[in-house]
Amino acid sequence: MCVLARVFEERGLSSVALVSVRGVAERLPPPRALYCEFPLGRPLGRPGDPTFQHDVLRRALALLDRTEGPVLEDHPEVIVSDAAPLACPLPPRFDPDVPEAVDEARALRPAYERTLARRGVTSVGRAISAEQVPDALAVLARVAAGADWKTAGFVADPVQTCHDIRSYYEEAASSLVDVAPGPGHVEAWFSEQTAAGRTLLAARAQMREQGAPTLIWLYMARATR
Amino acid sequence: MRDYAAATPMPDMGPLPWTAPSKPLSQCRVAIVTTAALHTPEDPGFAPDDVSYRVLPADRRDLVLGHWSPNFDRSGFVADLDVVYPIDRLEELATAGLIGSVAAHHHAFAGNQEDTLTGIRLDSGPAVAARLRDDDVDVVLLTPV
Repeated sequence: MCVLARVFEERGLSSVALVSVRGVAERLPPPRALYCEFPLGRPLGRPGDPTFQHDVLRRALALLDRTEGPVLEDHPEVIVSDAAPLACPLPPRFDPDVPEAVDEARALRPAYERTLARRGVTSVGRAISAEQVPDALAVLARVAAGADWKTAGFVADPVQTCHDIRSYYEEAASSLVDVAPGPGHVEAWFSEQTAAGRTLLAARAQMREQGAPTLIWLYMARATR
Repeated sequence: MRDYAAATPMPDMGPLPWTAPSKPLSQCRVAIVTTAALHTPEDPGFAPDDVSYRVLPADRRDLVLGHWSPNFDRSGFVADLDVVYPIDRLEELATAGLIGSVAAHHHAFAGNQEDTLTGIRLDSGPAVAARLRDDDVDVVLLTPV
């Protein structure tokens, strides 16, 4: 992003950058930057808080008054991520004949559809559709139980399949809680409290044991998991 | 992630370029350029080290966050598009008269780029700059993932 700011200024456009990594802006300074120590993925700080977002924008745009640079200012507020799991209800067990994660994903479908209706768009669909999420979790459950990941039944790239499963759950959770979740809370909920998250992480560990390429098993979940 | 990004090698880009706004902010046309890998559903997503860009029409809110890495918090984006892409906030600033107008098109890149950054320095970055000038943009607001 710092590079883009320079490219634009070289071509006669004024720029101001919100930066989330101060070390990058110090070593490759853009002309004008506001460093915001907010959780990564939330450059305007607080979802659902237009007043705070306006404050960020006004501080950033005010840097255009400076007459020389580089300008690197800090937003005065720091937002810390505690990554506590989201307090989000999960459906009860319904069909004991299928893996728990499959049962769970099926039951979350209405919540996912409510979010889709509200937002008009979904991040699910890179590799599989929402309808295929339970089947993909059945594949992960087989791998977690020791099946060979190469023949377990993945119908698409495992990394993108896991992206779609995670997105399905994130979007379902958005309709199950009343407030915007804190940073990292949904990921912690998914990984630690849902059967899908536990199944995914167990399958990932199995794939690592089985010698799957690092670029596959590593990117199935956060690097810190 | 912050420590990893801060330790990433940086290319030498020479002297700092500087373009002062030629008019008051209240008369400037402002565009967003984000590195959050946003795209419309009908456009393709982003691959690792993808140096290309996507066009975001100003009236579209049905955007997908196409970042391929699982290491970023996506829940803020699901809850509120503006926490990543402050298009509504920008339009409110235009209505309030703080800025002159909002550009007709905005642009998105992926945040994960090749180490040399050659593609966006020499190819896609200048291409977006030309598009912004064609849209009479004065000021670019850059937002990260």
